[in-house]
Amino acid sequence: MPQILAERLSIAFPLYHVGARSLKKRLMASTIPRLRTDSSNRVVVAALNDLSFDIRSGERVALVGHNGAGKTTLLRTLAGVYEPVGGKLLVEGRIGSLIDPSAGMDSEATGRENIVLRGLFRGLDQKQSEAMAVEAGAFSGLADFLDVPMRTYSAGMQVRLSFAIATVMQPEVLLMDEWFSAGDADFMARAQQRLEELVRNAEILVLASHSMDVVRAWCTRAIRLQGGRIVDDGPVEQVLAGM
Amino acid sequence: MLFSAPAAAAPDPVVHSDSSAPRRIGRALEDLSLGFRRWRLPVALAQLDIRNRYRGSVLGPMWLTLSTAVTFIALGLLYSTLFKINLHDYLPFLVVSLILWNVFSQLITEACTSLVVAEGIIRQLPLPFTVHALRCLMRNAVIAAHNLPLILVVFLIFGINPGLTALLAIPGLMLFVLNAFALVMFLGMLCARFRDIGPIVGTLTQLAFFMSPVIWKPELLHDRQVWLVLNPVFDLMEVVRGPLLGQSPSLLIWAAACGITTVVCALSFAFFVRFRGRIAFWV
Repeated sequence: MPQILAERLSIAFPLYHVGARSLKKRLMASTIPRLRTDSSNRVVVAALNDLSFDIRSGERVALVGHNGAGKTTLLRTLAGVYEPVGGKLLVEGRIGSLIDPSAGMDSEATGRENIVLRGLFRGLDQKQSEAMAVEAGAFSGLADFLDVPMRTYSAGMQVRLSFAIATVMQPEVLLMDEWFSAGDADFMARAQQRLEELVRNAEILVLASHSMDVVRAWCTRAIRLQGGRIVDDGPVEQVLAGM
Repeated sequence: MLFSAPAAAAPDPVVHSDSSAPRRIGRALEDLSLGFRRWRLPVALAQLDIRNRYRGSVLGPMWLTLSTAVTFIALGLLYSTLFKINLHDYLPFLVVSLILWNVFSQLITEACTSLVVAEGIIRQLPLPFTVHALRCLMRNAVIAAHNLPLILVVFLIFGINPGLTALLAIPGLMLFVLNAFALVMFLGMLCARFRDIGPIVGTLTQLAFFMSPVIWKPELLHDRQVWLVLNPVFDLMEVVRGPLLGQSPSLLIWAAACGITTVVCALSFAFFVRFRGRIAFWV
């Protein structure tokens, strides 16, 4: 059963300000103790602070909040990209992440080759990846464009391809950032239909968005983040009303 | 209809982290084993890299063969005159040396960016970091393989037959590859954290080129030749180069090469265990 459990989850970003990542600064700083900021000479930003929540299967959760509230960081943490510095995190289920549409894509390769590549990224073999390319290719609606290099695609076409790739594997936990709104109306309608199909199978959607229309249309629950903390958590209307 | 075949193939992944029990060693080992089990991915990525690098080029990676050939003909003629060695002795040595050195220096250079260039993937998908190191290693292995005909051509021209001793190059090459893998992992991480390591490594590589017997033969050092064993670059090159030229390296050199491999692997693994979880924040 797909589920997400977070208990006092914290993520801290070491802040390597423009030049601080250099060896020179490090060496200089250790010779002048006054310049030290903490024991390990690092400025740390608490990106996520003490988050506790659980998401059960069938829930469609929106992450809302201002820029820098920690929405994307939370998505990346759920995807397993960032390791928490504090607390516990358990994510069960096959994860599909749509955080950055172009990540892991090769702009010189064709759409079809990129789908195969993504299949390999997910641990499929060549044959399964090619089968996936047929299906994702059909859903993307890119037709002939599937066989030209991706650098010739428009932003909307890239979004179609990424969305098709991410959802074709029937993820049980789908993590999405708001970029997908670059698709046209026809695609958005199909995307919503696809998401509903996914979520009907008792699966989880976590969506970070600024668009309240999208949040209202797609989600059942909202978590509002502010400065890396949860300030509100509940049904969509209730949370949006409190903003 | 939704695609459902992979459900059987790939077990449901579970992200589970508990900061009070980080299980660093276990996670590092999982990373390595999963990375190697997914060897198809680095192979596909390396193929794409090579295709992109030589896109539109007629000769493709054969340019490297050509440039190596030109370098070693020019150097061979020049140095055999300077050092007063005859070509029959010198050219076969030079071709093996130069090819090995090119692989080594290219690997070291690319190791420094192996994780940084994969930033997009690292911040989107939880992927074993081993995959990025293997990608770098495989890309360079394929490119290096284009140089092998050169060795054959030179050996044929000069009638060199290393005999069965050449088989010793196989364990030698294994040591070489093991070191290369450990170094790519280590440098990839270090350069992601400290961006000045790259240029430092570049300088050191250049220094190593002149300090090691790559274009000069070890014999030129005469009685001081014994000290060469302290140069790790020499040891690792000699266990491959010696057998290929029909000379079995001394036991001391084999021991030194094994010792270096142990140290490099241990250091790299320790670093990987300690900082694997931080890599995503560094890139």
